[in-house]
Amino acid sequence: MAGFLLGVRTASTSVFAFVIAVTYIGFGALCHDYGFPVGWAMLSTAIQWAGPAQVILVTALGSGTAAIETAVAVGLSSVRLLPLVVALLPVVKSERTKPWQLIVPVHFMAVSVWIESMRLAPSIPREQRIGFCNGLGTTLVSIGVICTGIGYYMQGILPLVFGAAAMFITPISFLTSAVRGARLLMEKAALIFGLTLGPLLALNKIEFDLLWTGVIGGTIAYGIHRVQRMRSAGS
Amino acid sequence: MTMEPYLALLLLGVLPSEMWRWIGILVGRGLDEESEIILWVRAVATALVAAVVARIVLIPPGALAAVPLWVRLVALAGGVGAFYGIRRSAFAGVLVGEAILVIGMLAFGG
Repeated sequence: MAGFLLGVRTASTSVFAFVIAVTYIGFGALCHDYGFPVGWAMLSTAIQWAGPAQVILVTALGSGTAAIETAVAVGLSSVRLLPLVVALLPVVKSERTKPWQLIVPVHFMAVSVWIESMRLAPSIPREQRIGFCNGLGTTLVSIGVICTGIGYYMQGILPLVFGAAAMFITPISFLTSAVRGARLLMEKAALIFGLTLGPLLALNKIEFDLLWTGVIGGTIAYGIHRVQRMRSAGS
Repeated sequence: MTMEPYLALLLLGVLPSEMWRWIGILVGRGLDEESEIILWVRAVATALVAAVVARIVLIPPGALAAVPLWVRLVALAGGVGAFYGIRRSAFAGVLVGEAILVIGMLAFGG
């Protein structure tokens, strides 16, 4: 319980409380644009909880894209959740953790919650970490759901520039908080490789560009870490 | 596409997203925090996040596409610069980046 409350407190003062509010006001307005009911929009935020995938789903359904094509596009954009979850688990679980206890914290895993969990969980007692993630996630998802509803009804009065700002807040917040959270040289290198390799593959229309960027850029960064470690062990 | 919207949300939206989280539990359950594979996965996840950033800025969805590319790039760089300049505050980085984007959009198109 102490972990949960700490998570709630951390979420309310996190930059992501603001980022998620803006993002989901934008998403709510987008759902209104495409003619979805407000309950649908809010439910999507609560149970899908993956910003880019939600935008893909709404625009694909709204423009009549085939079902299979839509599911594949959503699935590809959410592959990034897999390494986030794998990297998180050993940080938050203990020997006594049952698999079912992981379903809830893992549902909350999105880039925003992951960055904050990885940054802060190591500094709190291990048995409080799952509660911490749950508190963090519950708070941010609640903000997201409420703001989806607000954005839905504000759609008519939001200036055009708000839509652009709401889309841009995702990359700018991911980048600044990822830079803040990068302690190891390996993580800094991974960020640089991701930023340079990503555009190279995307602009050359390589299929699964995000995935390849992650695997190639991450592997090179990990290699740098090994070399660095060998050097420091040798000297 | 005439699928019922709530069914579509479950089958085409939630299932293809959530399955990666569940697969993550299966893959990551037995791994140790200090193991080499976890270190590698962390590097891959970090590079992936950076790739998502680059992709949204370069190939933007919806309304962001109306903002000229150079404004998007200046706003991104300005945000990171502000983060380093202003006590390593992510909040400062976000606000400055957004301010550059909005001013740029109002001044140079959109």
